Amino acid sequence: MSAQQTNGSQQSTSANGSAAADNVLLDVKNLQKWFPITAGFFRRTVGHVKAVDDISFHVLQGETVGLVGESGCGKTTAGRCILRAYDLTGGQVLFQDHDGKMVDLGPLTNNEMKPYRQQVRMIFQDPFNSLNPRMPVIDIVGDPLRINSVASGQELEDRVASLLARVGLRPEYMRRYPHAFSGGERQRIGIARALSLDPRLVVADEAVSALDVSVRAQILNLIKDLQEEFNLTYLFVSHDLSVIEYICDRVVVMYVGKIVEVAETEELFEQPFHPYTEALLSAVPNPDPRMRQQKARIVLEGDVADPANPPSGCYFHPRCRYVQDQCSHETPELREVAPGHFAACHFAEELTLTGVTASGELG
Amino acid sequence: METPVLIEIKNLKTHFFLDEGTVQAVNGVDFTIHQHKTLCVVGESGCGKSVTARSILQIVDQPGRIVEGEILYHRPDRLTGIGSSGTTPNGNGADGSSTTEIIDLAALNPRGRQIREIRGQDISMIFQEPMTSLSPIHTVGNQITEAIKLHTDMLDEEADEHAIELLRRVGIPRPEERLGTYPFELSGGMRQRVMIAMALSCNPALLIADEPTTAVDVTTQAQILELLEELQDEFGMAIMLITHDLGVVAEMADDVVVMYLGQVAERGDVDSIFHDPKHPYTQSLLKSIPRLGISRTLQRLDSIRGMVPDPYNRPTGCMFGPRCDHFMPGRCDAINPPAIQLGDGREVHCLLYEEE
Ligand SMILES: Nc1ncnc2c1ncn2[C@@H]1O[C@H](COP(=O)(O)OP(=O)(O)O)[C@@H](O)[C@H]1O
Ligand SMILES: Nc1ncnc2c1ncn2[C@@H]1O[C@H](COP(=O)(O)OP(=O)(O)O)[C@@H](O)[C@H]1O
Ligand code: SF4
Ligand SMILES: [Mg+2]
Ligand SMILES: [Mg+2]
Repeated sequence: MSAQQTNGSQQSTSANGSAAADNVLLDVKNLQKWFPITAGFFRRTVGHVKAVDDISFHVLQGETVGLVGESGCGKTTAGRCILRAYDLTGGQVLFQDHDGKMVDLGPLTNNEMKPYRQQVRMIFQDPFNSLNPRMPVIDIVGDPLRINSVASGQELEDRVASLLARVGLRPEYMRRYPHAFSGGERQRIGIARALSLDPRLVVADEAVSALDVSVRAQILNLIKDLQEEFNLTYLFVSHDLSVIEYICDRVVVMYVGKIVEVAETEELFEQPFHPYTEALLSAVPNPDPRMRQQKARIVLEGDVADPANPPSGCYFHPRCRYVQDQCSHETPELREVAPGHFAACHFAEELTLTGVTASGELG
Repeated sequence: METPVLIEIKNLKTHFFLDEGTVQAVNGVDFTIHQHKTLCVVGESGCGKSVTARSILQIVDQPGRIVEGEILYHRPDRLTGIGSSGTTPNGNGADGSSTTEIIDLAALNPRGRQIREIRGQDISMIFQEPMTSLSPIHTVGNQITEAIKLHTDMLDEEADEHAIELLRRVGIPRPEERLGTYPFELSGGMRQRVMIAMALSCNPALLIADEPTTAVDVTTQAQILELLEELQDEFGMAIMLITHDLGVVAEMADDVVVMYLGQVAERGDVDSIFHDPKHPYTQSLLKSIPRLGISRTLQRLDSIRGMVPDPYNRPTGCMFGPRCDHFMPGRCDAINPPAIQLGDGREVHCLLYEEE
């Protein structure tokens, strides 16, 4: 077990850790995104969906950070705020400029955002709806190059060809339209498009969730390979914990617009400190029928709380199996409970929660 | 423990006749569902799982139809004679209690009375998207009581009470109050439960669940799977669970059918499929899934090269041939592998196992 921990990946993350201070590519501070709820003839605002409510986390250069939680927890909204597809309700999205300065993307106008839109790109979930059906692949992948006057004519074609080859598609097919490709191939096209402008940060929102098992493994491997090759940094949004575990260095767990836990992947999976993380881990079906009996599955009752009307105290308290009096009236702060490991639970230190050991057993 | 056979599918072929050509969606499938057991059908999208399920109920969409094969339904005695049909047992015993009526569902008229009786009463189906089987314009209560009244002799009040009992049983809080709500007023997980309650309202012998948890979170999935297990213990129905998630298969199945491009790759009991897979497709599939606890230690996932061919360009010979690591030129591209029996109910369609 401990022999396993002293492998290369452990070393590289601690190297990352020590360089942390000057190596932050993205620093999200107190980010808030509330959607107004309107009612009546005058469309009066009667409340807010607090989709993202005061979250802070950072992503180091070259790192892959996972954003995980049930649907409705605010993952997509957080990603879209970082891409500035939304205006922020509050907080900052600090992004490291080429010259090393941290720039707050929050207040920038559309025009001012332009150079950053080349550096922060997105891979979408749905390979069927995210590509324009009336554009041939050469335009889908090449348009960002053309629009930003990076390349044109033969040079553009050559760049598209090499990008396609790099993501495992035949360059000869660049004049074809999306409908001529399978789901996995379309996702490759989407990845080629995201990479066409040499981005520094790629936000992947459920990028493999719609893919079949055999294709999913191919795309996950591709995403990993491209990271090394292009020195990419990923914010990887997914509800799938086994995918997160494979691809991420560090994981941020969200629940109803808030962060409940942050830790390095291995830490988080082996020793979760928040009951919500424990429940999520426990809900993942284990692909080994011999583990059936051993597993005391924690079945979370009820649904994700309504972000327009969250519960008092700890938002998770109505579903928590360890709930105490304090939980329903005091909001737990996100705090460091072990080195580099943050959790927002009053009883994080007292509880002994179950994670998954490297053998795949629950322990 | 072996239980009696409930459904026996033999060489089922369901094809779609389109202008572009014929889609051989299900192309010679054999498997058996036993009473009270859970059979999982697993495979990637487009391999024919849903069409197989829909063939059982004779609800294949136009322009598709069953072109060959049998779906033998061994009707449990408790269901024989329910309803108004007067079907005659064509089983072999003369003794009423031991006789099992055997009906070839594939031979029934899709719009005929007999299959309509069987749908909902003997065999019911739930879907990935609950709104496929729930009406948006009727209240939850109305829909369940209608289903109950259609297939039983219960009357209004009794049907209402039964509906409330069912809703309570599937974990809907304050069910009396929910009778008057419309499906859109419920959360996804609650809708799923209502659909399950409706499907079980007549205590069917078989529940077909077509990707019931594919669109929900793992947490809701765990709730639904647990509910299905409990309900099976209580009601005793067999479950045919369709999924593409091997984790779900490992947690739920007694028996497994692995499908690829309209055919069975292999089938067997769940332990053998996971711990001693025979077909190269099953072997690769099992290696390509990220496993919780293990995947963080992996540099790369094994993956299957290429992709599922499109239905108009089916390979010759073995359907998996072009992606298979054990491909034998001259054989695998020439012979469509027949079913090879390996004993203990295991069956594989792969030429590697052919006796010379
Ligand atoms: N444009 C919007 N207007 C109003 N509410 C929204 C909008 N987008 C998302 N929401 C709400 O915000 C919450 C978080 O949604 P989302 O960020 O999509 O979560 P996730 O990606 O984790 O599933 C949900 O309750 C959702 O209904
Ligand atoms: N209504 C239809 N019309 C034409 N082709 C269909 C229809 N329904 C299914 N098919 C085809 O049949 C094959 C099997 O489909 P399906 O059973 O839905 O796959 P699965 O459920 O395993 O994902 C696919 O190639 C699909 O395109
Ligand atoms: S604070 Fe209380 S309710 Fe919230 S997770 Fe911890 S124990 Fe559970
Ligand atoms: Mg989302
Ligand atoms: Mg299907």
